[in-house]
Amino acid sequence: MENFLQQVINGISLGSIYALIALGYTMVYGIIKLINFAHCDVYMLGAYIGYFCMTSLKLGFFPSMVIAMLVCTVIGVLIEKIAYKPLRNATRIAVLITAIGVSLFIEYGTMFFVKANVRAYPEMTGFLAKSFAVGGLKITAQQILIVISTIILMAMLQFIVKKTKVGKAMRAVSLDKDAAELMGINVNSTISFTFAIGSALAGAAGVLVGIYYNSIDPLMGVIPGLKAFVAAVFGGIGIIPGAMIGGYFIGTVEVFVSGYGNSLYKDAVVFAILILILIVKPAGLLGKNTKEKV
Amino acid sequence: MKNIFKHSALQKFIMILITYAAIQGLISAGIIDDYLQATLATICINIVLAVSLNLITGFTGQFSLGHAGFMSIGAYVCAIITINNPTAVGFIMGIIAGAIAAALIGAVVGLPTLRLRGDYLAIATLGMAEIIKIVFLNLEITNGAAGLQGIPQFVNWTWMFVFTVATVLIITNFLKSSHGRACISIREDEIAAESMGINTTKYKVISFTLGAFFAGIAGGLYASFFFFLKPDLFGFLKSVDVLVIVVLGGLGSISGSIIAAVLLAVISMFLQSFSEVRMIIYALLLIILMLFRPQGLMGSKEISLSVFKKLGLKSKTRKEES
Repeated sequence: MENFLQQVINGISLGSIYALIALGYTMVYGIIKLINFAHCDVYMLGAYIGYFCMTSLKLGFFPSMVIAMLVCTVIGVLIEKIAYKPLRNATRIAVLITAIGVSLFIEYGTMFFVKANVRAYPEMTGFLAKSFAVGGLKITAQQILIVISTIILMAMLQFIVKKTKVGKAMRAVSLDKDAAELMGINVNSTISFTFAIGSALAGAAGVLVGIYYNSIDPLMGVIPGLKAFVAAVFGGIGIIPGAMIGGYFIGTVEVFVSGYGNSLYKDAVVFAILILILIVKPAGLLGKNTKEKV
Repeated sequence: MKNIFKHSALQKFIMILITYAAIQGLISAGIIDDYLQATLATICINIVLAVSLNLITGFTGQFSLGHAGFMSIGAYVCAIITINNPTAVGFIMGIIAGAIAAALIGAVVGLPTLRLRGDYLAIATLGMAEIIKIVFLNLEITNGAAGLQGIPQFVNWTWMFVFTVATVLIITNFLKSSHGRACISIREDEIAAESMGINTTKYKVISFTLGAFFAGIAGGLYASFFFFLKPDLFGFLKSVDVLVIVVLGGLGSISGSIIAAVLLAVISMFLQSFSEVRMIIYALLLIILMLFRPQGLMGSKEISLSVFKKLGLKSKTRKEES
């Protein structure tokens, strides 16, 4: 039982990170129907920016995370403006191939500048290095930090999407782009704003992963990125609460497979879940089936 | 069978023979050394991979990111059979068994996933390729992450050439048949094709299975020529490699795929020692192509013998065509 609860705690902290990344995927997919492969590399860049803030600039954890989020926002918007915007009316496959290209470009461009070796994140000191024993369970301060930061960021996101004017514009554009444009919504800036928010969340996730797993490398984004996408599909792509549920679900499943089964198969299980969902309920947990129109 | 004796078919046959003999001559004369032979093998394997992926993605319009997975099945099955039976017969059996295994997995995966559209299918096939890779990483018989070594080497230029030409001919002929036209109609408009009475799922699965079959052949050729396999060779990047060739050549152009395979092999031969730069160039190539020439080098056009005819006898060919 204790072991079980411990796995749940580990699963929730890992799931928080997946949920943060999945939100970016799901928002971008909801608004322009594109799997933004480059999103997982924005997450990787976030981890590196946090690393350089902490080591070269000797900043603390929170300022580093804020800087990483800001820089990632700029990168996300730049990617959208340079690579995706000229293809607004191109075929879906063309945009998808561009996304793969952007992703590879960021990965190998980063590798070219910072080299391929794995770097260790700076050791956390003070409160963040502590861990607490609660009734036989071990909870580290980092896990608490990850879960709390995720909840704060998600609450902020919900507020922006539900209560502000930009959020209303985002929802309108994802519902019907042409109608939104007719109503006087600036579609291009709304799409840029979506990329900005998604990338900021990915940047935060990057820094959190850095302190949690303690190692970063230029290709670290690929597998978590795919899993986060699975999480987004699981919850129903385009639906923000779906991505959160999916993230926690995938994180917990992964931890349980490594804890009770064979950790070598943890990635395979996640992808098997993906294929199962796509076969059984392609619209996802919270999604609705849409009819096809000619 | 009448067609074989037709003028253009004979011409094609002669041209294929000349290409084969010319390169075989250069190899015998020692002008093409071992290093260049390895490049030639890479070109042939990439042509087989690209043409088969083009059948799925370019002609049937189903975006697959799992081609390396099928290739790895063909490679491992062929390798295991040839290790246990190191004769030429064993190799032939191995490569065919590998291709059939890849085709079977392709059909099993294709049946449920091909109901998905576009980007969902891309992710599902990507997930499938990852699962295959993880299974090979954990199996006893494939020797896990360390990889299989000492696979008997049977493939030489002759085998490479025979398999490559056979693949290209079979796929072009398939595309000219009514089945092939059904596949192309799915790419153009799936709903319209369905309402014209085409069983879209059936043709999608046929094209997917055929593509997987030839990817398996390419895997077998790879295993037997480079005699070393490990699961990491068949990751996501390998699928992207093939995709780059197909996109550069033009989605829907067999000759484009062949030209692009040769071109990229030559480029990567020169960039051999800078693998990071090579990937950056590939990535930029993908982005720039999509931004400025999304149809690729050839679009959906083909180079055929009639192009050469047109250059010389413009008026005559026009009469023949009309």
